[in-house]
Amino acid sequence: MTPILEIRGLAKSFGGLRVIQSLDVTVGAGEIVSVIGPNGAGKTTLFNMISGIYQPDVGEILLDGASIVGASPEQIANLGIARTFQTLRIFLNMTVRENVMAATYGATKTRLWQSVLRTPAARREEQAIRRLAEEKLGFFGDRLVGYRWDQPAYSLSYANRRRLEIARAMASEPRLLMLDEPAAGMNPAETREVTELIGRLREEAGYSILVIEHDMHVVEGISDRVVALDHGVKIAEGSFEEVAEDPGVIEAYLGHGAAKTR
Amino acid sequence: MSDIGVDRWVEESGDRHEQYSGWTAPARRLFDSIRPGWRLGGFVFLLALFPILAPQGTVRVGITALLLVMLALGLNVVVGWAGLLDLGYVAFYGFGAYFYAIVASDQLPAHWPSWIAIPVIVVATALLGALLSLPSRRLVGDYLAIMTLFFAQVFVELVRNFQRLPGISPDFDLTGGPNGITGVTPWSLFGFEFNTFNRNFYLLLALLVLLVVGLHNIDNSRTGRAWRALREDTLAAEHMTTPVNRLKMLAFAVGAAIAGLTGTIFASVQVGVFPNNFLLVFLITIYAALILGGIGSIPGAVVGAIVVAFAPELLRNPGTGSWLFYIGLVAILVGTLKKWSLVAGIVAGVAAFGFLVRQTALTIWDDSILGVANDTFVARIVDGWLLILGQHQDVVANYAFVLTVVGGLGVTVTKGWWRAVVAIPTIYLAILVWENKLALQPAVTRQLLFGGVLMVMMAVRPQGILGTRRVEIT
Repeated sequence: MTPILEIRGLAKSFGGLRVIQSLDVTVGAGEIVSVIGPNGAGKTTLFNMISGIYQPDVGEILLDGASIVGASPEQIANLGIARTFQTLRIFLNMTVRENVMAATYGATKTRLWQSVLRTPAARREEQAIRRLAEEKLGFFGDRLVGYRWDQPAYSLSYANRRRLEIARAMASEPRLLMLDEPAAGMNPAETREVTELIGRLREEAGYSILVIEHDMHVVEGISDRVVALDHGVKIAEGSFEEVAEDPGVIEAYLGHGAAKTR
Repeated sequence: MSDIGVDRWVEESGDRHEQYSGWTAPARRLFDSIRPGWRLGGFVFLLALFPILAPQGTVRVGITALLLVMLALGLNVVVGWAGLLDLGYVAFYGFGAYFYAIVASDQLPAHWPSWIAIPVIVVATALLGALLSLPSRRLVGDYLAIMTLFFAQVFVELVRNFQRLPGISPDFDLTGGPNGITGVTPWSLFGFEFNTFNRNFYLLLALLVLLVVGLHNIDNSRTGRAWRALREDTLAAEHMTTPVNRLKMLAFAVGAAIAGLTGTIFASVQVGVFPNNFLLVFLITIYAALILGGIGSIPGAVVGAIVVAFAPELLRNPGTGSWLFYIGLVAILVGTLKKWSLVAGIVAGVAAFGFLVRQTALTIWDDSILGVANDTFVARIVDGWLLILGQHQDVVANYAFVLTVVGGLGVTVTKGWWRAVVAIPTIYLAILVWENKLALQPAVTRQLLFGGVLMVMMAVRPQGILGTRRVEIT
């Protein structure tokens, strides 16, 4: 079976700085893969290359076996990769519901003149994406309930903004969901909730998930596989336990010599 | 877990909707209870009465106002929704106007009928808008503004100097150069000629209704949402399946098409076009209308444009200007002192000071230095203690103006009682300057006053009259 995402020999430099070097990563169907590594390891750059912001210098990025290198972020999103951002990027001055509905642009067909005249087809489609948005927001249960849907997104709390960003990513009906530090800035209770949520995203919504996370409790709780990066090089890959005990990973996080004193 | 979105909070949300407070509350609740369609209907009805009720000769102002409303609505698409700072917008208006003037006058042998000319011009302006959107693929913010500003300037220079362009025969004067084009045939549809102010007013009103409804529908469609999404965060919008470059192009094209359509009516109403109709000053006026009304809001654009079009006309009357001046003065006093007793003290101080100045002046010289007071209500009140000069009025007022500025600076650097000591003569001088100079030149003063009102307005309500406040930071 072809994996959802397959990355082969990926490399990227900014000037003389080699950010990613000959990196191989695969995400199987229905798999949750975590990418860990110290700050500056190249995790977000990896995400930016997959989602089309940067073009890789060398290497292949295959989605369901087809290359997506050179495609624009919009095309990649339409092909079925959705992402969230490390620094939240929701549409602050739009309502919660509109935020989610905005992500259905690529899947809808109403032309401008149909919108102007509000033709029956346009109304039907508008109704459909409204329901879709409500369904995606409903996934978050009590946290993003109905009375919030017509509030502007800036009125949401930080944790709810993170949830909204995930709901928005879900609205483009992706096959692969990429979450960039979903638990950043969350308190311990919310972090546990994020762990459960990512599990539910796979079980109930059926996404394959690639996630960057610093919180090791989250990583331990969700990962089928963990990929550890340091200075743009993959230093370990395997189950959480294998990676957590890898001397290279401990060294990358704690410094040279730390592995021996353990 | 309960059903999606149905829980206690939702059930109670009816009781929890925003409560208005203050003396405007009943009016605002009443306004909210009217359905949007009826609001538009009522508003249009009131506007439709304008040519019937307005004094002779003011229908022209109404037409100017409606033209500005249409332009503000078009600009709102590009700037308010898509968030693209387009300073070349006035050129689309000019392009539409010139295009119509050329094909509907003796400039060309072919006189196009309106039903051909108008659609062709709207489409051509939209294409020009799409072309002008090309820089916005790479440039945003200030850089896009500079690029588009350049285009606006090029347009005016082009129509001014068409004859001198290389390769153009000097006999072929398509744009009429600095003299513009005259003798334009008005709009004529289905055998109905729009050749009077009243007819044009109702034509504009009908188009306005169509435009407002159409734009409202776009705002609540996938296109409108995509525009706002790319305004809020272009990168995120792109990651959410939005083809941002195509949508920027569409925003420019729609805005330009509206401006082009408005241009054809302008050329038809004015029966001519001149390069000076499309200068940057007018672009600023459109922006002022949109910003004053509330950027991003359809009703805001309409109201803002009407205010910007009518306010200078109202201020043309020196009496209105005087009211605004004195109310502004009192408002500043109340705003800074925050206590009525202090305000009354200052006002009494100014009156006493004025009385002294007047008596001193009259003892040194004699009655012959006095001029005739402005015949307005307020001027009659201040008459007893204000010096209205008969001779050297202009010179004295100029010196008084300089002293007013110095006094104003003095007020900002002094404290406590000294501040009152400086403030009283300063206020007196300000009134002296007003009554002796500014009130006598309403043509100049109204611009100053209107600018002042706009500044105060934007400080008090930055989101505009009907706009919603936007949050920029997370």
